[in-house]
Amino acid sequence: MEGTERVFERLVHEHQHRVYALSLALTGNRHDAEDVAQDTFLRAYRALATYPPDRIRELKQKAWLHRIAVNVVRNRVRGVRPSLVELNGSEPSLSSGPEDDVMRKAEIDELAARVACLPARYREAVVLRHVQDLSYAEVAEALGQPVGTVKANVHRGLKILRGENHGDGDD
Amino acid sequence: MATVMIDLKRLGDVKAPAGFAERVLAQAGMADSYAVFDTVLGPVYVAWNRLGVSAAMRSKSSAEFESWFRKDVGRQLVRVDPPADLAAKIEDQLEGRRRLRFDLRGLTSFSQAVLSKTLEIPRGQVRPYGWIAREIGHPAAVRAVGTALANNPIPYFIPCHRVIRSDGVIGNYGGGGPEAKKNILTLEGVQLKRLQQLARAGFRYEGVRSTKVFCFPTCYHGRAAKEQNIVQFHSEQEAYSAGYRPCKHCRPAVVA
Repeated sequence: MEGTERVFERLVHEHQHRVYALSLALTGNRHDAEDVAQDTFLRAYRALATYPPDRIRELKQKAWLHRIAVNVVRNRVRGVRPSLVELNGSEPSLSSGPEDDVMRKAEIDELAARVACLPARYREAVVLRHVQDLSYAEVAEALGQPVGTVKANVHRGLKILRGENHGDGDD
Repeated sequence: MATVMIDLKRLGDVKAPAGFAERVLAQAGMADSYAVFDTVLGPVYVAWNRLGVSAAMRSKSSAEFESWFRKDVGRQLVRVDPPADLAAKIEDQLEGRRRLRFDLRGLTSFSQAVLSKTLEIPRGQVRPYGWIAREIGHPAAVRAVGTALANNPIPYFIPCHRVIRSDGVIGNYGGGGPEAKKNILTLEGVQLKRLQQLARAGFRYEGVRSTKVFCFPTCYHGRAAKEQNIVQFHSEQEAYSAGYRPCKHCRPAVVA
């Protein structure tokens, strides 16, 4: 048990930015991003507690966390929001930095919102491939789809982002 | 094509907000949350986790509370906005209307036994250190009981202030010294002056003539008697030889 906690603590510190960035790109706003990122880690925690030690050792943490995050987002869209929080209700503190930071933040937020407007299957593919910089094989594994499907979805997603008609594409 | 991809890459460089990792660890039960609450005792810093309240202290600042907690309890700590109902729960606990759950992990089983026993002392009453020692099955460990209570991580909530010396001296108090201890006891309705007069005269117990039961002087079940029916004893032996038996509620001696 002690071992699991240590593994989890390292997992959180090592992957927090990556998982948060992924959540932001998938949800399009910082509030939902924090929720998704927290849910992702809590699911990972509960899963780790049930895994035997050798499975934990061989875990490809990055791919595994990506898959969990994508599933968390999919479940939220379906309206299934597992409530995990009892005592520890906490709000993210949105501290604003210096002014050019605020500018950059606004740009990022706008971009995230645009990506979030993509249909889910394009969005997932584009975000994992180009935001998270995974290989096509890794994206395919995380999404449980054939590589060809992923490539096509990335291509269509980028096309929508480049053109002005984000929203309905060839959906 | 290229610019879109460069932009997307920037999206991937976003950092998690400050305190994110700590909040995650707190939700997984690996770090405690804390906030400061206004109570009848003034502002009190309170830490909690999924198992219950884990620490309380009248610290001067957040920094002081955090460094004490990390050193003494040994877990991570995150300041949060408290859940809406927690302030009311804490008030109820301090006024004796509610029993919160406590997280005493990390303490020795002896300390846990001492603190659990302390929780049984009703508001408005006091017990000697020796009583705790006897009740938890270590009658000789009176000093160890004192040490365990002095290191109580959750004073006020776990009422270590209700344990005093049998000679009537209020004794030391980790939650702000003897003065603070007196204030809290007075706030809870203990008649300290009367208690100390009895103790100075060497009286440890009070009995009621009609029932032939003897109690600790603050025991609720003995206080209902009329003043002229109350009789004082120096020791258990004296009470026994006068034909009295110990009270089953405050248990001033082992109840047969």
